[in-house]
Amino acid sequence: MNGLLQIAIKLLANDRGKFFTLIVGITFAVFLMMQMTAVFSGVMYRSGATIYNVGAQMWVMDPSVNVQTDSIPLPDYILDAVKSMNGVKYAIPFFSSGGLVKLADGRYQSATIIGLDDATLYGRPHMLSGNLYGIYNNDAYIIVKDAEYPKFNNPTIGTTFEVNDHRGVIVGTAKALVGGLFGTPTLYTTYTRAIADLPTSRFTTSYILVEPKKISDIAAIKARVNALGYVALTQDEFISKNKNYYLFKTGLGMNVMIMTLVSFIVGLSIAGQTFYTFVLENVEEFGALKAIGAKKNELITMIFFQSSVVGFLGYGFGILLSSLVIGLAKLRLPEYAALVTLQNLVISFVMVLIIILFSSYLGIRKVIHIDPFDIFRG
Amino acid sequence: MILEARNIVRWFGGKENMTYALRDVSFDLDYGEMLYIVGPSGSGKTTLLSIISGILRPNSGTVTVKSKKIWELGDDERTDFRLYSLGFVFQDFHLFPKLTSRENVAIPLLLQKKSWEESMEEAGKTLEIVGLAKRVDYPPYKLSIGEQQRVAIARAIITKPDLLIFDEPTASLDGDTGKKIISFVKENILTDKHAIIVVTHDNRIYDYATRIIQMEDGKIT
Repeated sequence: MNGLLQIAIKLLANDRGKFFTLIVGITFAVFLMMQMTAVFSGVMYRSGATIYNVGAQMWVMDPSVNVQTDSIPLPDYILDAVKSMNGVKYAIPFFSSGGLVKLADGRYQSATIIGLDDATLYGRPHMLSGNLYGIYNNDAYIIVKDAEYPKFNNPTIGTTFEVNDHRGVIVGTAKALVGGLFGTPTLYTTYTRAIADLPTSRFTTSYILVEPKKISDIAAIKARVNALGYVALTQDEFISKNKNYYLFKTGLGMNVMIMTLVSFIVGLSIAGQTFYTFVLENVEEFGALKAIGAKKNELITMIFFQSSVVGFLGYGFGILLSSLVIGLAKLRLPEYAALVTLQNLVISFVMVLIIILFSSYLGIRKVIHIDPFDIFRG
Repeated sequence: MILEARNIVRWFGGKENMTYALRDVSFDLDYGEMLYIVGPSGSGKTTLLSIISGILRPNSGTVTVKSKKIWELGDDERTDFRLYSLGFVFQDFHLFPKLTSRENVAIPLLLQKKSWEESMEEAGKTLEIVGLAKRVDYPPYKLSIGEQQRVAIARAIITKPDLLIFDEPTASLDGDTGKKIISFVKENILTDKHAIIVVTHDNRIYDYATRIIQMEDGKIT
């Protein structure tokens, strides 16, 4: 390492109080920013749980649908129309709704009930126990063994319950790719049984799942569905629609953004003020360096390097701490939704860069304006 | 001749409140000289020192150091001139309190892009010259004022500059320590390969000068 940069680091690191204040301040800010954005990412991810778990390439829905859980039943003729469209390999009905389940001990528990197409069982879950085809048995349901599973009194194969006065029996357990957001256990059954057991409106299809023949057919299918007055979205588009609803129409996104900004401002204030004080305390020494023969760009480099080192150390510790806390929380609370994504890491990194630039700017502004003549004048 | 200052004029303020700090000051300095610039506060000593150091631009006049007119150099060249040709000992030393003596002394070499190892080794040797071999790893605040002064001297001489500039070197020292330091500088640092300028108004150390310039109201008297 360049000797001057080594001096720069020693200057700061030997001022232990400020060095640790800077690192702790940035670590804390990064930790808070990461927590906020990670929880938000987790919530967003889980809000699209059924879309991920079913895995259909395209979803046909009413244009008024905002989120997957609030489906608007589609008339039966839409299914027939979509099935007959050019470019559609197959189209199947899909049912998804909330239901109130009466458990064997008399307690009521709300659940998400998914009705799979009887003929294809498209969107089937991965079985953990029992046989998938047991779903065709009388009153059969498969339960997802996720964080919400204990709310169903940890049922085993053969456990019975009631759905809307209809008998239900567990024929297997399955695992879902993504856990749901709303803290309710998930039950899978056939489409026919779902609409028979649950109270429904005149139309019963929540969504139509479409498999295009080729990727290039997607645009044409969308256009044809639009012509019918409905909307066809790819899986990614539906997930985005879902996320955008929570992000922009529920206040959740704004709240998370405000909290993230508050965390950023906390970090910025601590780092900016501490670093500025550090420079201020050494300002005459920096002035002496100027008199001795240090060029402006060398002093700027020294200060920028100092703030970068504390910034990146704080970033590293912050990421480590937040990952640790999220990991520990997930051990204790399996339904904890926080999710560290590349996007969270980049957001925090950019904010740390801003903190570094701001702190450096404060210090550099002070140092480049020192007149070595003032050092002689005392 | 190491330095020629000719007809230096410097004023501060605008047209209405113009104050002359230096009025047509000229002097020469030879190798091997220890020149004192003395005079009361406000006589223009510090302004003159800043101008001959390449820090404060004169309104008129020339300063030639080793045949180079320093105020005709570009900013970076003048900064390099200070780094390679001058050594400064400031009144308040201006040592970094969080660095060791050795690291403080090594800074000019590091500014000259010398390696860390080479700079530290040279700093250790220089501290030995000023009698602080056992204090190399002490931060300045753990040293006495006299020792801090020696560290500042070591920092000034480590680059083996042609011209050493001492600004009020005894202002923070008691009489005895001040004399010891100046005597040490004269006996151990001054050679016929360079020169020293000392700005002071401490008449207790006048005996060590090879020549004294008296200033008053911005003029050499």
